[in-house]
Amino acid sequence: MSQTAIAQADWGGGASPFGVTWQKMMMWFFIVTDALLFAGLLVSYGVVRIATGDWPTQSEVFSLTYIATMTFVLITSSATMACGVKAAELGRPKTAAKFVWLTILGGFIFLGMQAYEWSVFIGDGGGITANPWGSPTFSQFFFIITGFHGFHVLTGVIVLLVVAIRAAMGRYSPAGVENAGLYWHFVDLVWVFVFALFYLV
Amino acid sequence: MEHEKQGFVSKYIFSFDHKMIGKQYFTLAMSMGFIGGILAVLIRLQLGFPSQPWPFLENLFPVGMASGIMTPEFYVSLFTMHGTIMVFFLLSLLPVSGFGNFLIPLQIGARDMAFPFLNMLSFWTVVPGAIIIIISFFVEGGAAASGWTAYPPLSAIRSAIPGSDLGQTLWLVGMIFFVASFTMGGLNFVVTILNLRTKGLRMMRMPLTTWAQFVVGILGLLSFPALAAGALLLTFDRSLGTSFFLPAGIFIGDTLMPHEGGTPLLWQHLFWFLGHPEVYIIMLPAMGFTSDILATFCRRPIFGYRSMVYAIMAIGTLSFLVWGHHMFVSGMSPFLGSLFVVTTLAIAIPSAVKAFNWLFTIARARIQFTSASLFGLGVVSLFVTGGLTGIFLGTNAVDIQLHDTYFVVGHFHFIMAGAGLFGAFGAVYYWYPKMFGRMLSERLGKIHFWITFVAYYAVFFPMHYLGVSGMMRRIYDPNVYEFLQPLQPVNLFITIAAFVLFAGQLIFIYNYFVSMRRGAPATANPWNAAGLEWSTPAYPGHGNWEGEIPPAHRWPYDYSEPGKKRDFTPQWEA
Repeated sequence: MSQTAIAQADWGGGASPFGVTWQKMMMWFFIVTDALLFAGLLVSYGVVRIATGDWPTQSEVFSLTYIATMTFVLITSSATMACGVKAAELGRPKTAAKFVWLTILGGFIFLGMQAYEWSVFIGDGGGITANPWGSPTFSQFFFIITGFHGFHVLTGVIVLLVVAIRAAMGRYSPAGVENAGLYWHFVDLVWVFVFALFYLV
Repeated sequence: MEHEKQGFVSKYIFSFDHKMIGKQYFTLAMSMGFIGGILAVLIRLQLGFPSQPWPFLENLFPVGMASGIMTPEFYVSLFTMHGTIMVFFLLSLLPVSGFGNFLIPLQIGARDMAFPFLNMLSFWTVVPGAIIIIISFFVEGGAAASGWTAYPPLSAIRSAIPGSDLGQTLWLVGMIFFVASFTMGGLNFVVTILNLRTKGLRMMRMPLTTWAQFVVGILGLLSFPALAAGALLLTFDRSLGTSFFLPAGIFIGDTLMPHEGGTPLLWQHLFWFLGHPEVYIIMLPAMGFTSDILATFCRRPIFGYRSMVYAIMAIGTLSFLVWGHHMFVSGMSPFLGSLFVVTTLAIAIPSAVKAFNWLFTIARARIQFTSASLFGLGVVSLFVTGGLTGIFLGTNAVDIQLHDTYFVVGHFHFIMAGAGLFGAFGAVYYWYPKMFGRMLSERLGKIHFWITFVAYYAVFFPMHYLGVSGMMRRIYDPNVYEFLQPLQPVNLFITIAAFVLFAGQLIFIYNYFVSMRRGAPATANPWNAAGLEWSTPAYPGHGNWEGEIPPAHRWPYDYSEPGKKRDFTPQWEA
C-alpha cells in the first residue's frame, strides 16, 4: 500500500479505509488467525517443556548446521518471492513467473530437507512417542510443530504452483501474486520462530 | 438488479446470495436447536423421575435406554451433546452466522458479502460438521461423553468410558469442521464491514447489530485458533498415543496407561482461551439486536450510542483476559486467581453500561409491545439476572464453593444461553418481514414469548437454590446422596417447567414455517424503522437494492426528533 493510499484512506464509507482491496485485507486477517494457531502450539510447547525434566540438548539430536541451512533456503525463497511480487507490480509477468518458480524450488528443497531430517530422527530410534535422547515429550512436539509447519509450506507451494501455472496460461494478476507472497512470507516467518524456540533455546 | 434466472440448485442450495445463505443457516441452526432441546428434555426426564422406566423410549435408544431406563453412560452423552449442539450449532450459528450473513450487507449498504463463494463454502463446511455430530449418537459406544468442554483425560484416552471412543473422535472431527467454517465466516464479516460500507456510513453510524457482528468476527478470528491447536494436540493424544494432555500414572480399571509428561491443565487453558470469548460471540449479537429493537419500538434514539460501541469493544477485549475464572478449582495459584477475579469483575462495568443504556432508552418511552420488543425486554431481564449471579461466580472465594454446581448451570443458562436465545428470537420477529416478505403472526408470537419467558425463569431460577444446596452439575441421579433427596420436588418442578418450555418452542417453529407461505404480506418498512436495511424492497432479491445503493446520511436511530412531523427519519434520507 503506497503512502498516498494511506493519506486518501477514508473511513466515511464507500471506500476502503486502509486503501487496500478486500482480498489483501482478508489475507492479512487470515495470517493473524493462522499465526495464533502456531502461537497456541508454541505456547503449549513452552508450558510442557518447563514442566519436563530431562529435555534433550538440541545440538546433540540434530545437526544445527543442517537446520541453519534449511532456514537459509527458506529465507532465500522469501527473497525470490519478494522479487517476484515486485516484478509483477512493475508489469513484467515473465520475470515474475521466473521468480515464483525459484520460490517453488526453494519450498521443495526445504520440504525435502525436512523429510530427510525426519527420516534421520526416526532412523536413530526416535518416534512420536519414543526419544533415545531424553523425554518423549520432546519428539511429540518435534513432530507436531515441524509437521504442522511443513504442512503450511506444502500448502504455500501448492498455492504458488497455481499462481505460476495461471501466469503461464496468461491469467495473471499482480494482486494475486502479492497475496500468495504474503502467505509465503508468513510461513517463512513462522519458521524463524520455530527455529529460534524449538532448535536454539 | 435483475440477474439471469437461477436454477433450484444455484438458488436454494449452493447459493452465493448472503440472504439465502443466512436463511440456510437459520434452517440448520433451528434443526440443531430442536435436537438439542430434545436432549434437554431427556436430561430433565432423568432428573425429574430418576431411573424410572419409560418403555416407549427403548425403541428410540435401544442401548442408552435399555428396557426404558436411562443408563448413566447415555445420560453423560446427553448433557455433553446438549451443550455442544446448543453452544456451537444453535447459539453461534443462528445469531452470528445466520443473522450476521443476512444483516451485515443490508445494514451497511452492500450488494453482498465481500467473498460470496467463501460464504457459501463456509455454510457447506459446517453442514458435514453438524451431520457428524448427530451421527455420533448412533455409533458403537454412543456420543462423546466428556462434557462440552471435553476435558482430558476423559476425552483423550479412548478406553476411558464408552463415549470416549468413536463418539469423541466424531466430536473432534465435527468441531474441526465448525472451526473452519466459523473462521471463513469471521474473515468475511470483518473485511465486509471495513471495506464495503456505503457512502456516508462512517463506523460511528453503523447500527449496533453490525458493530456487534464486527467485534464478534474479530473475537472468532483471535480465539478459535486456540481451540484448533488444542484439538490438533488432542487428536494426536487419541490416535497416535502421544501425551500432550496426559500425565503419568493414569489407571483405566486396573491397567496403567503408558502416558507421561503431559498436563490436562494445558487443555483447560487452550479450551477456555476460546471458551470465554465464545460466550461473548454468543452474547454480543443479542445485545446488538436488543439495542436496535428497543430503539425502534420505544421510538427513541438508543441512549448512549458511543458508550454502547465502546462497551462492545471493552467486553470483546476483556473477554480474552478472563479465561482463568473457569479454572479456579484446577489448582491455580490464589494470587493468579485474584488477577482473574479483577479482570472478570471488570467486565461488569461495560455490561452495566449496556444494561443502563437500555433502561434509559426504555424509561418513560411509549413502548410498542410487539413480539420483537417483548423479547428485547426479555433480554434485558435475563441479562441482569444472569449478570448478577456472574459476580458471585467471578469471585474465586465464592466460586470454590459453587463451582460445578447447579448454580453455574442456572447462571449461564440465563446470561449466555437465555439472553442469547431471546435476542435471536427477538431478531427473528423483527427482521422476518425482510427475510421472507411476510409477517409472523403477532398473536402466536406473544403467546410464544409469555410461555418462554415464564417457563424460562421457572426452569432456571430454582437451579440457583439447588446449586447453593450442593447439587452437583452433571449428576446422573441426585437421590443417591441423602442430603440431596429433599430437593427432589424442586427437580420435579423444573422438569415440568422444562417440558412447558420445550412445548412453547413448537409454537415458534409452527409460526416460522407457516408464516413463510401464509403470513400477511409485509411492506418494505413495516415497523417504521430508520435503519438502512429497511430501504430495500419488501422481499429484496439478489443484489438487495434495485437501483443505486442509497447513501447513509445519518445514524440509524433518529426517532421522535422534536419539531418533525414524522416520528422517525430514515438513515437514507438527507
